[in-house]
Amino acid sequence: MGTLIFRTAAPFLTALMLLFSVFVLLRGHNEPGGGFIGGLIAASAFAIHGLAFGVPAVRRALHFHPMAVSGFGLALAALSGFLSLAFGVPFLTGLWTKIPVLDVDVSTVMTFDIGVYLVVVGAITSVALGLEERE
Amino acid sequence: MGTGLVLLLPFAAALVAPLLTGALGSRAAWLLALAPAVAFAHFCGFLGPVAEGSAVNGGLDWIPSLSVRFSWHLDGLSLTFALLISGIGALIVLYSGGYLNGHPHQGRFFSFILLFFGAMQGLVVSDSFLMLFVFWELTSIASFLLIGFDHAREASRRAALQALIVTGLGGLALLAGLLLVWSVTGISEFSRLGPLGETLRASPLSLGVLLLVLGAAFTKSAQVPFHFWLPNAMEAPTPVSAYLHSATMVKAGVYLLMRLNPTLGGTPAWELLLPLFGAATLLTGAVLAIRQTDLKLMLAYTTVASLGLLVMLTGFGSERAIEAAVLYLVAHSLFKGALFMVAGAIDHESGTRDIRRLGGLRGAMPLTFAAGLLAALSMGGLPLFLGFLAKEEIYAALTEGRIAAMLLVAAIAGNALMFAVGFAVGLKPFVGAEAKTPRHAHEAPPLLLIGPVALALLGCGAALFSPLLHRLVSSPMASAVAGTELDVTISTLPHAGLPLLLSLLTVAAGIAAYLGQARLRAGVDAVLAAIGWGPDKGFDQAMRGLIRLSALVTRIVQNGRLDVYLSVTFIAVALVLLVPMVLFGELPSVPSMPGLLLHEWAVLLIALIGLAAIVWAKDRLTAIVSLGIQGFAVALIFMLMGAPDLSFTQFMVETLSVVILALVMTRLKLSPADHRPAAEKMLDLTIAGGCGLAFTLLLLKVLEQPFDDALTRFFNAHSLVAAHGRNIVNVIIVDFRGLDTLGEIAVVMIAGLSILALIRVATPKKAEGGD
Repeated sequence: MGTLIFRTAAPFLTALMLLFSVFVLLRGHNEPGGGFIGGLIAASAFAIHGLAFGVPAVRRALHFHPMAVSGFGLALAALSGFLSLAFGVPFLTGLWTKIPVLDVDVSTVMTFDIGVYLVVVGAITSVALGLEERE
Repeated sequence: MGTGLVLLLPFAAALVAPLLTGALGSRAAWLLALAPAVAFAHFCGFLGPVAEGSAVNGGLDWIPSLSVRFSWHLDGLSLTFALLISGIGALIVLYSGGYLNGHPHQGRFFSFILLFFGAMQGLVVSDSFLMLFVFWELTSIASFLLIGFDHAREASRRAALQALIVTGLGGLALLAGLLLVWSVTGISEFSRLGPLGETLRASPLSLGVLLLVLGAAFTKSAQVPFHFWLPNAMEAPTPVSAYLHSATMVKAGVYLLMRLNPTLGGTPAWELLLPLFGAATLLTGAVLAIRQTDLKLMLAYTTVASLGLLVMLTGFGSERAIEAAVLYLVAHSLFKGALFMVAGAIDHESGTRDIRRLGGLRGAMPLTFAAGLLAALSMGGLPLFLGFLAKEEIYAALTEGRIAAMLLVAAIAGNALMFAVGFAVGLKPFVGAEAKTPRHAHEAPPLLLIGPVALALLGCGAALFSPLLHRLVSSPMASAVAGTELDVTISTLPHAGLPLLLSLLTVAAGIAAYLGQARLRAGVDAVLAAIGWGPDKGFDQAMRGLIRLSALVTRIVQNGRLDVYLSVTFIAVALVLLVPMVLFGELPSVPSMPGLLLHEWAVLLIALIGLAAIVWAKDRLTAIVSLGIQGFAVALIFMLMGAPDLSFTQFMVETLSVVILALVMTRLKLSPADHRPAAEKMLDLTIAGGCGLAFTLLLLKVLEQPFDDALTRFFNAHSLVAAHGRNIVNVIIVDFRGLDTLGEIAVVMIAGLSILALIRVATPKKAEGGD
């Protein structure tokens, strides 16, 4: 898999795909996209990077173990749900607020979706890297 | 609320017991005994009101939505049991202080025994079914821990496990039985069950209820053929034998029968099964008891016999039999508890429990002797003792009206043998020539004496003040068991009549058995040797059989071949879908071909080409990639049909699954070529075709149903307004059905973890080498 063309293209491909995955994640609420699909794209990006430069390179770049990323995502999603406790509404009720200066809507729904994204990235990447490691 | 705290107290005491014992040593017993003593005092306060016929109720809501309450109900039956459990419990805690003095795990022992006390106390005051069941199981667990206390010995471990399995099976039967009662009557509390007995007895399920309840009671109370676990439980330290396995826990089964007597009793099945099994247990226990030479085992088998007698009387079906059962239950708890503690004291001081090596201890242990003798007199049923009242009442019940000859013979034989065993424990070690024992015997320390002396004196005092006993204990308890008002009147003064005559006969036979013990023992031994098999051996055989069976099932079901697992799974999927459709004539009608545009035909063609490529592919890698072609074509179809989210995801999933499949293949070093023989290929093709056909038919059928757009309209209307999102699919995922998604991502993560674990397991060498 280590051809010159592939190795040259891979960093750009990875970077673009990661960027695109975040884009897909954030637009998901109004346009096609969302955390799940975004996570799949990001996982493919890491898989490509791993095929081109070997698994240790990806692990170094990720810094955290992918499973830890996954666990963090799950915790984030669950915590987004628990925030509703403080407002006396049922678990996982969406809560919205606007950041004044930037004029951006933020919500627990969004953090929940980011949690989904991280779970998918982490789980699939760790499986893919685990399998690639053997070669 | 006081009762609620009293129910909690033992568990709190069990928590602090190890710390307290660590600080104070065996003197901690004095403090820990306060827990049962406080409970005893608390329950004594109810004696007056309960004697006047009012019951004490209380409780908390547990699961209000299912109308499950944590509730208690103290009538005469519960109160008598609670008093016995807490009173004897306090004495046993003190006794344990002396018996296990200096034992490295004495604190743990206190903890277990207080745990048991709490469970048993909860069991007898429980009103709600589930609470009774929870405490019932808790007594089994506490009993397991206590029997296996000396866990370094194999015999202890085996006995503990055996007791747990036998009583645990009974616990399951109890749960099933109580749930049946609940479903038939709609009632989940004993105190409200009374008027519904008729409904229950008339129900077609009543026999099932009866058998399940008997299964629970007979295992817990060691009735034939489940009696074997009780003698084995004598592996436990003696305080445990005295408390759990004679005075309290084994009576839980009898308690259950008595509790349900007003509801389930009176039917022919009840009045046949209970006396039958009870009498069989009585005779078995008494005959096996006479054969033993170990003091504890002798007592254990007479306990089996006594439990049989109690079951027999409970099911006999007359009011007098109930009165007899009540009196005998109280008397038995007192004298058997005392005798066990005497046996323990003898063992502790002289170093042996073998009756053939004991003798002449009266000089060395006069107080122990006095307690043992008093208890034996009560067990033998001699006048001035509670045992006498019980026995008179038993004989009166069995000869009243119709004379139950078989049961009468069983009762006389059993009582006579128990008489002999009682004196063998309470008298024989103390009289005769002084025998040489492993340790030079001394009088037991006060902690070991309080218990047996108090119980033995109580057995005598209760008989002397019988009117008071009857007013406060016997009559209320008998009334609760019978379900109607009963008045126990028997007094300790012998009065001429048939019962007294039978008593005399029993005593005479008992004395003969006592004197001819050695010959009887040899005779029973010979008979048992001739039979050779017993339920105890049967238990081992059943356990071995169970292990062999599970090994066999595992070999068949989990044979470790992935291809077999997959084939079975997919065959099942195809059958589950196809068979009902064919059986119920639900096959879809042939659909008309929709008019497709050119590019739609093109996409369909790509999918078909991919499919053909998979089938004809020479090697596996090509097949995997071809699978991707087919998947991409499907994604295109989604796109054309206006489902961009679905299509998007399908693209990514197809890509990743091809990548991961290829990685797995290289990882497992599968040869690229497909080596399956033609027959296997045909089978796989058939399975795949079957699944495909099944899903196609299912989807066609689904499309034939009129489309219900209620959900579509709901989400169209609410997606933007309520959830501020225009992408309905995503809004459903993260907002409307957020809880589902949370569950799903947890599954994704767990699946990832397990795959990771599988990868690691497959390559131990690589993991060590690292990279």
